[in-house]
Amino acid sequence: MDLTQLRAQFPALAQTLGDYPLCYLDTAATSQKPLAVIEAMTQYYQHDNANVHRAAHQLSSRATTHYESVRDSVQRFIHAKRREEIIITHGTTEGINMVAHGLSEQVRKGDTILIDSAAHHANIVPWQMLAQRTGATIVPIPLNAQQRLDQDAYARLLANKPAIVALGHVSNVLGTVNPVQQMVKQAKQAGAITVIDGAQAIAHLPVDVQALDCDFYLFSAHKMYGPTGVGILYGRFERLDSLSPLLTGGEMIKQVSFESTQFNALPNRLEAGTPPISAVIGLGAAVSFIDNLDKAQTQQRETELLQYLQRRLSDVGDITLYGAHEDNIGAVAFNLAGEHHQDVGILLDQQGIAVRCGHHCAMPLMHALQLNGCCRASIGVYTSKQDIDRFIEALASVKDLLL
Amino acid sequence: MTQATPQPAEALFLAQHFDSEAIIKRFNAAANWQERYREIMLLGKTLPPLDESLRTDMAKVEGCESNAWLYHTSIDNKHYYVADSDARIVKGLVALLLAVTHGQDSATIAALDINAYFDQLGLTGQLSPSRTNGLYALALAIKAAAK
Repeated sequence: MDLTQLRAQFPALAQTLGDYPLCYLDTAATSQKPLAVIEAMTQYYQHDNANVHRAAHQLSSRATTHYESVRDSVQRFIHAKRREEIIITHGTTEGINMVAHGLSEQVRKGDTILIDSAAHHANIVPWQMLAQRTGATIVPIPLNAQQRLDQDAYARLLANKPAIVALGHVSNVLGTVNPVQQMVKQAKQAGAITVIDGAQAIAHLPVDVQALDCDFYLFSAHKMYGPTGVGILYGRFERLDSLSPLLTGGEMIKQVSFESTQFNALPNRLEAGTPPISAVIGLGAAVSFIDNLDKAQTQQRETELLQYLQRRLSDVGDITLYGAHEDNIGAVAFNLAGEHHQDVGILLDQQGIAVRCGHHCAMPLMHALQLNGCCRASIGVYTSKQDIDRFIEALASVKDLLL
Repeated sequence: MTQATPQPAEALFLAQHFDSEAIIKRFNAAANWQERYREIMLLGKTLPPLDESLRTDMAKVEGCESNAWLYHTSIDNKHYYVADSDARIVKGLVALLLAVTHGQDSATIAALDINAYFDQLGLTGQLSPSRTNGLYALALAIKAAAK
């Protein structure tokens, strides 16, 4: 499938803002949605709408079958060993909170929790709260001069036998990729529980949780061409089974106490309340959408496009890039000379260019980079070379106006 | 006893003058958004930069992506403002707000339709006040101070 056909599947891309066609470079915040996802959700509401797992009627049966089939799709998609290891959440943030809360009884006073200095707040604050509850200590893994996690420092920090190591797979601000497979291996040798936030990786990289060998892996549907309000918490079965649930419903607790239902307790044990059924069905369609792409070709194209974006940005002049490496994924962070990122963002928006400007919910990273904020352009499967060219042209005119 | 919060000298409030009619005329004569932007930036430059000692958290207007500081005083039943921002466009937009509020009485400021004013200036999107941006918060703060 060529790019024109692919873009035609994303209706939101075909619009103009004032005199300018939309140039959407904010996929890292949320991706646009293909028709297949939108139609799957509409189809559910128009024909199958019923609660899952509850009623004995045909609609509920259809809804439940569809809902549970998405769990199977996601299991295949990330190569989990068992379908019970796939927990449906409302998103990455909720998932990390579920894990951090769920580990409360397994963390002791004086324990260490290693976190990623480039992490967004959702992979920092739940750990801070856990540390406050338990008397554990948060230790950030520092960045090196290339804005990558300092692997020497990491090895030293592991010598203190941390209880938990929480990493991002790909930085939401910089697009830098952590060597998670190697880092998980080291963390395991040190006896730590490993948690990987895959929100920024899942749309761009093939993920194999068994190969990664991590204990938990989390992502959101809306960053992988699916709907908002749904995400996945993958956990190794024994680890998931030992989490105390963040959200509880009376009946769910009773089920856990039945000896014979221990095995059946997961995944339902961690899915309290009515799930976002239509969104889950949309997620299923998003997984199919990605599955139907030529993965190698898509990854190659996105890599080249990001490198092209980095190069073109550098060529504008008076641009500072942060942590921009050849092997980055999806996003590039930058500032224009000493100009305020908000001024740059507003002037790009005037030209139909959608980028994110701010602290990107990663204030500690901004602090480490000594910035109040920055702009971030991010790409997806539908981003074209023309998008990059239009963005660069618009940025050049912003530069003319401001400098 | 609480410590007195710093306040700009009265002379600083009174030093500013705006000609809102001339501003509206200039904006209406602007051919495109680039020219309107230049007008915004020029206006921003007419606001004197606030001394570091006055760039306090107390004076910060919450809800802005950039930092914006606002001071207010009333003299003879008229309202006067001193404001600054570390972002140039926001600073210009604040100046646009001050152009129709600075030196006015409470009734005039209360009656002011800020959205209609920005429409008149031909400013849209992030250059007009909406619940999603800091300009809205600034407009509310300016109005609230004059109550």
